[in-house]
Amino acid sequence: MQNISDSENWDLVIEGRGPLFDLKISEVWNYRDLLLMFVKRDFVSFYKQTVLGPLWFFIQPLFTTIIFTFVFGNLAGLSTDGLPQPLFYMAGITAWNYFADCITKTSTVFKDNANIFGKVYFPRLILPLSIVTSNLVRFGVQMLLFIGMMGYYAVTGGSFRITWAIVLFPVLVLLMALLGLGLGLIITAMTTKYRDLSFLVTFGVQLLMYMTTVIYPLSAAPEKYKTLIQLNPMTGLIEAFRYAFLGQGELSAMSLGYSAVVTLSILLIGVLIFNRTERSFVDTV
Amino acid sequence: MSVAIRVENLSKMYQLGQIGTGTISLDLERWFITRVMGRPDPFVRLAEANDRAVKGESNIVWSLKDINFEIEQGEAVGIIGKNGAGKSTLLKLLSRVTSPTAGRIKLKGRVASLLEVGTGFHPELSGRENIYLNGSILGMRKREIDRKLDEIVDFSGVERYIDTPVKRFSSGMYVRLAFAVAAHLESEILIVDEVLAVGDAEFQKKCLGKMQDIGKRDGRTVLFVSHNMSAILELCKRGMLIETGEVVRDSDAGSCVAAFFERDKIHNGSANGRRRNRFLDIRNISVNGGQRYQIDHSSPFDVTVDLSGNDIRQATIFFIIENAFGQSVLHKKISSAAIGQTVIDGDFQIRIDLPSLWLTPGIYSMYFKILVPTDQWSGRAISDRVNLEVIGPMEPSGRAFINPDVDWNIRALESARIAEGVAI
Repeated sequence: MQNISDSENWDLVIEGRGPLFDLKISEVWNYRDLLLMFVKRDFVSFYKQTVLGPLWFFIQPLFTTIIFTFVFGNLAGLSTDGLPQPLFYMAGITAWNYFADCITKTSTVFKDNANIFGKVYFPRLILPLSIVTSNLVRFGVQMLLFIGMMGYYAVTGGSFRITWAIVLFPVLVLLMALLGLGLGLIITAMTTKYRDLSFLVTFGVQLLMYMTTVIYPLSAAPEKYKTLIQLNPMTGLIEAFRYAFLGQGELSAMSLGYSAVVTLSILLIGVLIFNRTERSFVDTV
Repeated sequence: MSVAIRVENLSKMYQLGQIGTGTISLDLERWFITRVMGRPDPFVRLAEANDRAVKGESNIVWSLKDINFEIEQGEAVGIIGKNGAGKSTLLKLLSRVTSPTAGRIKLKGRVASLLEVGTGFHPELSGRENIYLNGSILGMRKREIDRKLDEIVDFSGVERYIDTPVKRFSSGMYVRLAFAVAAHLESEILIVDEVLAVGDAEFQKKCLGKMQDIGKRDGRTVLFVSHNMSAILELCKRGMLIETGEVVRDSDAGSCVAAFFERDKIHNGSANGRRRNRFLDIRNISVNGGQRYQIDHSSPFDVTVDLSGNDIRQATIFFIIENAFGQSVLHKKISSAAIGQTVIDGDFQIRIDLPSLWLTPGIYSMYFKILVPTDQWSGRAISDRVNLEVIGPMEPSGRAFINPDVDWNIRALESARIAEGVAI
């Protein structure tokens, strides 16, 4: 008799299979403090025992910009839509780096944290979310560098203008983060079993960059590849980003809407696959 | 009392060796069904049948097989079993680290599991930062940690180093800090896996005390896995013995520990020594002439064992008593020639007379062993292990090996009186 009354109010039932569509949002929310702890850990451990500390956040985009300006701007002579070359490249690099970091860091989350995951339960989604958030800090620092560069060119009379589209900036950042997160989640779920994929990631992300308008403007893309480039959801985002800050680039409701839809779909698939995998990945990783 | 944990038909399957079905198409099919559609693995049933029919050829093992039990709220349950019996798998399932292949677990209340101390500790972060990090990983809210920070630091006993990166900690300090965090979790159910094996004796005792508090004073449910039988006996009322993925005994902790030792005995006694028409066998241990293996810690006692052999020469006889940790507390040996039997041919009885050993009361195990290392014939025989229960007054603080009655005296000396006078 007691059994019947007991079965009404279990707090938790652990089973082999769960509902297919279970995003576990409320559980993630309950663990929000943990997310902040992970962000803090990443940040503090990154610059502890380095001499330059957070300065390292500047160095990478700065050097990439210099190299891109030299190779693509001066040697190859690619168009920059009339924008000062360093400014053009840095806009692309800053935005792209954030997206790329989100993908590559998220894509190894199961492998890197197998140790913690194997010993304690918390909603696994917390870790990828913390990665995206701590990359946001890094992105913020790099944005400062970019804005500093804009200031320099404003004083020296470079031709660029900030447009109204700058109000879209938070949306653009969010979409880049979610797209990176979604792709990363799919990849990490698959690499738990097929390690080969992890070798493809760095390489694949680099290839994807050339399919995005990072080193060239969409206006300068050859006609026959243009559709292909536009199919890449990052293109719309980078173009909008450049339009917002520098006044050059193709911003349209169509391309932005397309990017948003693709991003959200990928994210949804990513979260579902990730939640599927987390149940038993400890046994296969 | 209400049920805090109910486990129903719980099974967990593991695949040995190469993971994957062997072909990409089967692998893809399986991946699609299990990962994308979220259904249980269709190859499991195949494996199960396979496992029954041709044992040993299947590379799939059931780490846990159809387990059922209930645990009441406030119960302290010790889970014992040999390595690989499935204890840790059970704890992993209970703490949601991995999910069951079949069956379900129903839980009431928050679960805190401690499968390892210091999970997620980051070497570069300070002690304080790691308290926050580790506490959050274990499911505490920041507010909760803020409130308990002083208590945690105090319990760990590493106040002085609290702002030093933990990579500079000694391993003992590291463990202290980590356990301190875990000990302050507020959960209705606490799951602990063999964490007391680390840390010094003083700290182990502190941990045990803390866990006892958690169970007895706070009325929380504790599940405890350990190879330390005396810790199990001290902490748990109920015991569960797991063997090859099945619960083979679920009773009070004392008889569970006894059953564990009984099952752990070495079976190769007589069979091992039988070769070339020679044999050697030892059996029937009795204490003080009876089958009741209980002694008073302050009394002398004798142990006898029956020995039969066929033309055995140069035998060495061993008698060993081990404590609950498997450490020898007594290890005696003698050659059969030294006690007047150069050749063992026929049936004999060996008796060993022991003085009062003053062993700390508890459960010990004892056995005889005979080794025959000659050129013509080498063999050995080991008797069953039997539990020896030592009774006597328990020293409340003591986990020492022996606990004899002693006389304490204090005598005032000349100088003492002078010191006293000055003080007054």
